[in-house]
Amino acid sequence: MIRHFLVSLIFALALPAQAALDPQLVRQLTDEDSGTKVTAIRQMALAADPEAVRVLKAMAEDNLFVAGSQVVIIEGEQAFDAATGKPVKMPASPESPTVNNRIRGELAAALAALKLLDADRAVRLQAVQALQRKAEPELAPLFERALKAESDPQIKGLLAIAKAQADLGNKDPAVRRAAVMVLGETTSPAIRSLLLPLTEKAREPNDRVRYAAISAVKAIDGRLSISENLGRVFTGLSLGSILLLAALGLAIIYGVMGVINMAHGELLMVGAYSAYTMQSIFRTWLPDYIDWYLPAAIPLAFFAAAAVGVLMERTVIRWLYGRTLETLLATWGLSLILIQAARVLFGAQNVEVSNPSWMSGGIELLPNLILPWNRIIIIGFALFVLFLVWVLMNRTRLGMFVRAVTQNRSMAGCVGVPTSRIDTLAFALGAGIAGLGGVALSQISNVGPDMGQGYIVDSFMVVVVGGVGQLAGAVWAALGLGIFSKLLEGWAGAVIAKITILVCIIIFIQKRPQGIFALKGRFVD
Amino acid sequence: MTPRARTPYTIRLFSMMQRGHWIALGAFLAATLVVVPILNLVVPEGSAFHVSAYAITLVGKIMCYAMVAVAMDLIWGFGGILSLGHGLFFALGGYAFGMYLMRQIGRDGSYQSDLPDFMVFLDWKGLPWYWSGSDSFLWVSLLVVAVPAIVAFVFGYFAFRSRIKGVYFSIITQALTYAAMLLFFRNETGFGGNNGFTDFKRILGYSITAPETRLVLFGLTALLLAATLLFARWLTTSKFGRVLTAIRDAESRVMFIGYNPLWYKLTIWTISAVLCGIAGALYVPQVGIINPSEMSPANSIEIAIWVAVGGRGTLIGPVVGAFVVNLAKSWFTVSFPEYWLFFLGLLFIVVTLLLPQGLVGLWQAIREKVQNTRAGHATPGEK
Repeated sequence: MIRHFLVSLIFALALPAQAALDPQLVRQLTDEDSGTKVTAIRQMALAADPEAVRVLKAMAEDNLFVAGSQVVIIEGEQAFDAATGKPVKMPASPESPTVNNRIRGELAAALAALKLLDADRAVRLQAVQALQRKAEPELAPLFERALKAESDPQIKGLLAIAKAQADLGNKDPAVRRAAVMVLGETTSPAIRSLLLPLTEKAREPNDRVRYAAISAVKAIDGRLSISENLGRVFTGLSLGSILLLAALGLAIIYGVMGVINMAHGELLMVGAYSAYTMQSIFRTWLPDYIDWYLPAAIPLAFFAAAAVGVLMERTVIRWLYGRTLETLLATWGLSLILIQAARVLFGAQNVEVSNPSWMSGGIELLPNLILPWNRIIIIGFALFVLFLVWVLMNRTRLGMFVRAVTQNRSMAGCVGVPTSRIDTLAFALGAGIAGLGGVALSQISNVGPDMGQGYIVDSFMVVVVGGVGQLAGAVWAALGLGIFSKLLEGWAGAVIAKITILVCIIIFIQKRPQGIFALKGRFVD
Repeated sequence: MTPRARTPYTIRLFSMMQRGHWIALGAFLAATLVVVPILNLVVPEGSAFHVSAYAITLVGKIMCYAMVAVAMDLIWGFGGILSLGHGLFFALGGYAFGMYLMRQIGRDGSYQSDLPDFMVFLDWKGLPWYWSGSDSFLWVSLLVVAVPAIVAFVFGYFAFRSRIKGVYFSIITQALTYAAMLLFFRNETGFGGNNGFTDFKRILGYSITAPETRLVLFGLTALLLAATLLFARWLTTSKFGRVLTAIRDAESRVMFIGYNPLWYKLTIWTISAVLCGIAGALYVPQVGIINPSEMSPANSIEIAIWVAVGGRGTLIGPVVGAFVVNLAKSWFTVSFPEYWLFFLGLLFIVVTLLLPQGLVGLWQAIREKVQNTRAGHATPGEK
């Protein structure tokens, strides 16, 4: 505390001093002892002198040297006296003072603190943001001074928070309490963890400050949980869109052929590996356009997955018509072969698919709620694919045939729908959509041979809940399941969430065996 | 009431199967209960006739799988319900018995505590309530039967009541075993987490690694497999079995005649689960480990392929299938580990496409063809 007092004292004394720096202080910068160095750096920061900036900067850039009793800054061929800034003769054997990581951190903080008084608004903003993480009690006077000089409301707000953070270490309980009140208005996990020690009697002897801290933490918790839940809903939405892309294809195929394609997850994998292949191609031949590999991967993924789908349909599934349980096993066999083929072709390890630069980063809605661009784009992409599928199913001849076969295969055949060609096309379409889903998945999760395995159960659940043959059902079920499972995961953990959802679905089927949106009609097996 | 002449039970038992089948069963029991123990214990190790401990463990393991396959066949081959979650019941039985073996370790574990090592590791002070009494062999034997039965009954009641069938039922059973696997993977659920139960030392006081114990377990498995086959034979030829087959072939018609398929399906489903649980309990002491990967969906779906390879709707088929596929697996994973999945995948496809009746069906078809050609030779010109 004595140090603290000294600092305040020196700060008060140093305020009017604008000319040369105290040579004693500069000398201390090169002291053997790190503690002494830190004290000197802090004192110079509080002096808020342009000269001090120069010296500290030189020290941070390793341009500060000791030569005998002299402290000099050497820039290229020129040497300057550190305290006065006047050019001096180049010393014979300059020695560099030790600048370890602790000192570097102090230097960065001191330089940032000095930037608080910069003329440029952007520089000040950056400085105050940097200092939020390192608001030492010693810096409080500096914040106060900057606050007085500041006119920009945004920076003023940030400065007030920074000052409050620094004030938390103040000796005066009233100052601490005021600081706690200011901080209670914020919404940030970092500040919450700063306030948390103050809620304990051992750390905060003053009752009033402690009660203020307890209610401040509560207020922050309330606001944090809102944004956390919003974040979960958003993650759920993006998971839901992936599920939607996986389930759309599954639902079309199930609707037309009554077949659950257990290799559907592997079609996602084909799509994801297509993205990886395209990325490799761009890296090798078109490194300048690497950001465009993703749009280029979309058609490749669609056609690659569709081709695999047609192959599967023509060679295996077609011959098992009407034997749905056997088809289940056969498609499982296909999935094993596809997984092993991926292992042979691309190796058993996960491959790295990076986000293009335009997909990295995110929008910061709240201090702890950042919506990443890749997830936003995936949601948009899923909606776009959904729109295309809707147009295809409801506005084209092929779509009409597909719907006809879904509703009544033999009747559709009687009126001239080429059912066997529709089977192939529907399978290709479903597989292609899964391929698109794989491209989307490659942007947010690992790409490896086993990646598709986890999705088959989830996407089948979407089909069960949504009902067969209805796009709307798949959409609501996918988004609902995505959001519901992410919210549950946040509250109860991933495993309980999975089990709860399974139980909910089993109960749901008791009530509505045909799904939310059932096709109306009379069927008997 | 006039007492009606009834066929004595012994006669009914013996008339249940043809003579050839009885002879085959007797030969199987003689081989497993007499010949193999002699070849293992009496014949010296260098001899060509010596049966190694590895072979006994392997065959014992496959016999457990064969029991599971028969259980699967009861529900799939005779009931028309494809379960992709039978690994769950197998593992439940295995875990129940595994806990007994864990308790038998006593204070010989690495922490010298009465609690199993993994609980000491998690800093637990006592057993969780559901494991109380797990040091009693009788109680655990009851658990082996009761836990799969209760889980299967509750799940089956809700699933069959709302008439979930076909692929719907299959996928939901798969989801069930998947969820259970995740649950058992957790450390705090008290099932040993990732590693499951292992490092067993003794069973009923006898060392678990002793050759004699191994042979007793082997013989017990063989006996229970034979009993399972007999029981399945009796069940499928009874009235119950016939209604079940009818439900498989035309559920709606059976309903219209006045049967409620729910109870038939639920009964066979629960029986099947119990058989799996018993097989799991026999599997654990022989293999020496039980962990959550037994519940992975891939394992459960493999059970279906054993049945499919052997031949659904026959009782010997699943046993043949379990042996063929698992011997192939042991050979492949040692000789060509990269090709095992290709082979398994192709097996799924080829069997479903070309051999819907499995190997037993193929055998029958060949035999019929041979008989037909013989008949054709006997009376030439008839065709």
